[in-house]
Amino acid sequence: MNISSKIVDDFVANDISFVTTVPCKQLGGVIEEVEARPEILHVPSNKEDEGMGLCAGAFMGGKRPAIIMQNTAIGVTINTLVTLTQFYRLPLPMLISFRGELKEPVACQAEMAVHTKPLLAQLGIPTYHFHRQDDVEEFDAILKYTFMCNKPVAILTDATFWGGY
Amino acid sequence: MIRSEILREIAPILRPHLVVCNIGLPSQEMHLIDDQPTNFYMLGTMGLASSIGLGVALAEDRTVISIDGDGSVLTNLGTLPTIANNVADNFILLIVDNGSYGSTGDQPTYAGKKTSLAEVARACGCENVVECRAEDTGQVLQKAIDAGRMTVIVSKCESGNVKVPVITMDPVAIRDRFMQSMAG
Repeated sequence: MNISSKIVDDFVANDISFVTTVPCKQLGGVIEEVEARPEILHVPSNKEDEGMGLCAGAFMGGKRPAIIMQNTAIGVTINTLVTLTQFYRLPLPMLISFRGELKEPVACQAEMAVHTKPLLAQLGIPTYHFHRQDDVEEFDAILKYTFMCNKPVAILTDATFWGGY
Repeated sequence: MIRSEILREIAPILRPHLVVCNIGLPSQEMHLIDDQPTNFYMLGTMGLASSIGLGVALAEDRTVISIDGDGSVLTNLGTLPTIANNVADNFILLIVDNGSYGSTGDQPTYAGKKTSLAEVARACGCENVVECRAEDTGQVLQKAIDAGRMTVIVSKCESGNVKVPVITMDPVAIRDRFMQSMAG
């Protein structure tokens, strides 16, 4: 199974047509796939809070959005998640590379990894952790859930899920 | 001429269009001067008026005008390359540049010193950038709307505020009303 294709297939099946991304080495394949799909407008952002602003606008303009980013971005975007996405009750699937987990080669990434789930829990953000490849089977249901409840929802995807580095 | 005088003057030009208002006084002044369902007021999140406006414009055909400030653009400078590289000809970014952080007590910004936001926007690749005097804002804005080309306007005005009440509308009501106005 090509998990990048499966993820983007689920985006398209759920009518997600606006995707913003800030790259991570681990997300290269899925970003490439997003870029390749004619159903999706791909607007890369320079910073993740900017991306969440773009997603808020796109949703209000009638397009279902999603953001793809690294877990370090949780540190960057807390104010935006709280005062924009949550305050205005905007749905936002966040496909997040969970750096700093098992198989991580870069020590610094482990520093943010230990804060990722506590921060998401503190923010009351529904959080799913994809560790095994089969976990991707839930992605479609998670997207449906996100647009049902109008919340930001985090999908953490670790190195084991992506098959290493 | 200060920001609230500019907003008062351009309100009739803005009225038929979708407007994303920056956090703090710009939203509060716009709400007081000419509250419209087509206005989206930011109650938080400094810096994202241009990003939200561009997002709306990339998803919707109607003209979208983001009313931003120099301080807020400086806090989200990454927005300018994104705007330049994702052209939405129904999008206008109006930067009311009073060289100060108006909502927090008029502390000076770098845009009031050596930094030219118009030059920054051009260097980022924005193709239609107009810097104008506060007094000419309405005319420049109308021209940009009529041209149907994505435009960044930097309106140089004086620093200063009028007393306005905070917005007590619920954010979900603001958002819902804004979305309904597009559907209708």
